Amino acid sequence: MTGSPPVLTMTGISKTFPGVRALHDVDFRLFPGEVHALMGENGAGKSTLIKVLTGVYEIDAGTITLAGEQVAFTGPMRAAAAGVSTVYQEVNLCTNLSVAENIFIGREPRRLGAIRWGEMRRRARELLARLDLDLDVTAQLGTYSLAVQQMVAIARAIDVRARVLILDEPTSSLDAGEVAQLFRIMRQLRDQGIAILFVTHFLDQVYAVADRITVLRNGTLVGEYRTGELPQFSLVEKMLGKELDVLERLDEQQKRTVAVRSAAAPLVDAAELGRRGAVAPFSLRIHAGEVVGLAGLLGSGRTEVARLLFGADRADHGQVTLDGGRVSLRSPVQAIDRGVGFCSENRRAEGVIPELSVRENMILAMQAARGWLRPIPRRRQDELVERYVKALSIRPADPELPVRNLSGGNQQKVLLARWLITEPRLLILDEPTRGIDVGAKAEIQKLVLELSDGGMAVLFISAELEEVLRLSHRVAVMRDRTMVAQLDNDDALDADGVMRTIARGAGSGEAIR
Amino acid sequence: MNGVADRFRRLTGHRLFWPALVLVAMIAANAIHRPGFLSIEVKNGHLYGTPIDILRLSAPLILVALGMTLVIATGGIDLSVGSLCAISGAIACLYISEAPDQNSLASVFTALALAVGAALVLGAWNGVLVAVIGIQPIIATLILMVAGRGLAQLVTEGQIITVNSGPYRAIGLGHVLTLPLAIVIALAAALLVAAFTRRTALGLIVESVGGNAEASRLAGIRSSRTVFLVYVVSAACAALAGFMMTANVSSADGNAAGLWVELDAILAVVIGGTSLAGGRFSLGGTILGALLIQTLTTTVYAMNISPQTSLLFKAVVVIAVCLIQSPAFRATLTRRRRGGAPRPELRQREKEQVPA
Amino acid sequence: MSSTSLTTGRAWRPTLARRHVPVLATLALLLVMYGIGVSQYRAFSGIQVVFNVFIDNGFLLVVAVGMTFVILTGGIDLSVGSVVAMTAMVSAALLQDGVPAALVLVVALLIGPVLGFLMGCAIHFFDIQPFIVTLAGMFFARGMCTFISDSSIPITDGFWTAVSQERIGDPRGNFVSVSVLIAFAVVLVAAYVLAYTRFGRTVYAIGGSSQSALLMGLPVGRTRIAVYTVSGLCSAIGGILLSFYTLSGAPLIAVGMELDVIAAVVIGGTVLTGGSGYVFGTVLGVLVLGVIQTLITFDGSLNSWWTRIVIGGLLFAFILLQRLIGIRFK
Repeated sequence: MTGSPPVLTMTGISKTFPGVRALHDVDFRLFPGEVHALMGENGAGKSTLIKVLTGVYEIDAGTITLAGEQVAFTGPMRAAAAGVSTVYQEVNLCTNLSVAENIFIGREPRRLGAIRWGEMRRRARELLARLDLDLDVTAQLGTYSLAVQQMVAIARAIDVRARVLILDEPTSSLDAGEVAQLFRIMRQLRDQGIAILFVTHFLDQVYAVADRITVLRNGTLVGEYRTGELPQFSLVEKMLGKELDVLERLDEQQKRTVAVRSAAAPLVDAAELGRRGAVAPFSLRIHAGEVVGLAGLLGSGRTEVARLLFGADRADHGQVTLDGGRVSLRSPVQAIDRGVGFCSENRRAEGVIPELSVRENMILAMQAARGWLRPIPRRRQDELVERYVKALSIRPADPELPVRNLSGGNQQKVLLARWLITEPRLLILDEPTRGIDVGAKAEIQKLVLELSDGGMAVLFISAELEEVLRLSHRVAVMRDRTMVAQLDNDDALDADGVMRTIARGAGSGEAIR
Repeated sequence: MNGVADRFRRLTGHRLFWPALVLVAMIAANAIHRPGFLSIEVKNGHLYGTPIDILRLSAPLILVALGMTLVIATGGIDLSVGSLCAISGAIACLYISEAPDQNSLASVFTALALAVGAALVLGAWNGVLVAVIGIQPIIATLILMVAGRGLAQLVTEGQIITVNSGPYRAIGLGHVLTLPLAIVIALAAALLVAAFTRRTALGLIVESVGGNAEASRLAGIRSSRTVFLVYVVSAACAALAGFMMTANVSSADGNAAGLWVELDAILAVVIGGTSLAGGRFSLGGTILGALLIQTLTTTVYAMNISPQTSLLFKAVVVIAVCLIQSPAFRATLTRRRRGGAPRPELRQREKEQVPA
Repeated sequence: MSSTSLTTGRAWRPTLARRHVPVLATLALLLVMYGIGVSQYRAFSGIQVVFNVFIDNGFLLVVAVGMTFVILTGGIDLSVGSVVAMTAMVSAALLQDGVPAALVLVVALLIGPVLGFLMGCAIHFFDIQPFIVTLAGMFFARGMCTFISDSSIPITDGFWTAVSQERIGDPRGNFVSVSVLIAFAVVLVAAYVLAYTRFGRTVYAIGGSSQSALLMGLPVGRTRIAVYTVSGLCSAIGGILLSFYTLSGAPLIAVGMELDVIAAVVIGGTVLTGGSGYVFGTVLGVLVLGVIQTLITFDGSLNSWWTRIVIGGLLFAFILLQRLIGIRFK
């Protein structure tokens, strides 16, 4: 493997979008017959690197060499024709067509313009046999599980004389058995000499299948490592970076007291709550006035925990007790009735209503709770909105402006205000500080501290460990869709400790309960 | 100077600027072509004149379009309103024609109540299909669009039922305080719907469901109730319009009453600046759109062109309005003006579906 | 070998049947209706009754085939009825002016596809909903009809009358018209195109997921435009067949025909959200509509409006059926 020259070399790749430097001087190489994991947190530049490779974006600087020849693809189809195929996270096939068609559509064997179905099925069977798959190629693709669909996508990809196969988070919706099947096929293809670029957020999977790891952070190359020579802990460290934050240090080093968590009954008590395919059953208690941080890498199940607690997704396991009473969270309505609020990480799709005004967005949750027959009097609306525009320093301070005209940080504050107006007892914040400027970030952090001092319980989700540690009384650690530990945020706990837990899984640190 | 330019740009940027301009231009053209066009006179204490006629004739369309506005604002569409007009008109006329005294107010009101009740049931049917079963609105309402015509003919037994009822006739042709009653009814309905949506939180909730269904769900809005409700409201509006249409001619024809009104109503809503994708709606804009369509029709009549040919003009208006509203078209225009900005990536065209 | 575990990953085995349930339901419905007809009325059993259904609905069948293409991509074409009328009108008007029949045929057959092509372009390039674009097309074509003439224009051309009166049949007196043969030809060509050409398969792929089709490198834009052009062509052929049938062009003929066509396609098992359905199913759907009409004509006590109610009921039943068996593709 090491003897042969790389099949793909990317040198000095830079790519800038208006206002964002997505990639800066990144090198990347891929050898035939290896599985190479590309790692990095959100925004590290993984998908941009794949997109410049497959010609979705043009590069600003740098060169791409495929099998010794310099290339510049004009699109994924051209890249595929040259032997660089991509299989995406979402299966991009047509579930209404047969398995054979999904493999061959667009390049079916034909005679005089007529598709030769028999020939196509025969070749599909051959190809699948190469992947050690035994499927009915005439069956509709939609009748097979996602994992099988994923493998059919791979079959389609490798049929085009693939030399490089890019798997972009192929495992994110597969269960353990399905992942094992996928890996078997990946190893098989690797042994056939195909170079596989593998993007995933699951650490275990990297160590299970990858020969080599390249880590990106903030659009720059951190390094290229052999899997065996890079301990999990170092990998996590390299992905997250150890930069000291530029924010003002709130409560410098002064840890938040654990004493708040008194003997009193918890506000929220989730017992063995879980949902198949989303997150393994977990138990979590949150007391009034307590901030519980949820740490873990992207895709580790943090958001899924939040959505179950809010009733945004229905749990198929376990139960939730809110304030001593059992609740069945069939939809967010029940959670909101019990005083729960939830700011989604996906502001655009699940948060703001872009064309409605700042005012309307802010009062929406309160209005929904009151029902449409009891509108909030306009004067009361204006009071509330004015108060929160001021308190959260939302700019521009024009409540009648459509919210889509606001910056990301201000949209986030509008969402916060939407829930604060409902005076919740538990506020779930999913990545509230992602993608917003430093000033707004500090303000939101300060707000969380104030709210918890005022007796509100907060579940705080963030990819930034420093932030989690600064704000939380307790940190629950997620890894591979499982809650592996709950750590008291005392003097002994630092970012290293949490990272070690993320890397190692359960059993480390002072796991509580 | 700058201030003037700015104000001008803000004016032309307003979503009702172009429809309003077209309406004014059309009226002006008419007035020049036919000097008597704008004159209004008082006869027997009633107002008469072409502008009054336009208002009176546009009343049914305004009614239907009001309900349609709410439906479209939730991201849906209601194709069945034309059939509903026919059914409600048929039921009302049938009951009146069989009443011992067709002029009795009591029997007219009973007839209206019966017909509105039937329309509400059918509206609820649409609402259940869309909001509970989760069928795409265009398909769900297509069922009643097809079957409704048959139901209307079933009611009339394929005949044209003529009624000779003063009170019923008044709905279409009567006058109140010098104004035609139809105008007053349409106006009252508009005010009622406006109050219904803007004085309660219904309007906000409708806009929020149409603007972003998933975000609305996460904010705790029970969207299926709202969606159900707008189809019922739309059916009620269609029923009122059906009364007007049949009262105008004092007869109910299951085949012809309200034919194509759903298309005109959708057109009026779109001209009025409510996006077919849902979200922000403007009742005023819808009324303006309805007036524009009726003025166009009247103008074409006045020019002695066959009424069917006015469809040609409608086609032009539909395409023009849709092109102006289409982001892709605007992007093409600006790109051409600026000269070659990069082409946007794959657009996500999936329309937000209202969860059942 | 672990490959055995993969086959168990399959969610639901007898899928072929599931995909065909709507079509089979339609076939069963058709047989039941025919059975009722035969048991009730002696004249119903004659083969000519079946032929007559085809003769009366040949143009509907052709237009429905075009609509099948559009609906398979997940679109809709409301303009078909008006385009049918416009084609008949244009033919009648040109023939009246003494234009040779061959030239008239060419012109008439060109109008529909050109309009369809333009609508397809508007849908694809400007991202406007098919519903609205084809609505404008419907207004336009209907407007053109009355623009040409306010009243019906009779056709006296020799070729037209000859075709109209031609009876192709067996010695026992059973016969079909030329239109039926043309309709069958259109059905066969369409079935071939959908099953055996890249264009046809792309139509299905777009209906399954246009996003995926795009990422698989299929010519989505071109296909989408082509589909509306095909529908335009079928409407044009339908218009000519209609003019053979009625020997005239009338401005208000085929009003509301788009609804019958859509209903026939849906009853024929094509899923309105696209991606699943067959031309054969559409034939069955048209037959169902035709047999309903025939049954209602045979039964003196039922009135014509029952046709609409029954069609609406069937539409509901089939849409519900589609939803229940869960043929929904993301």
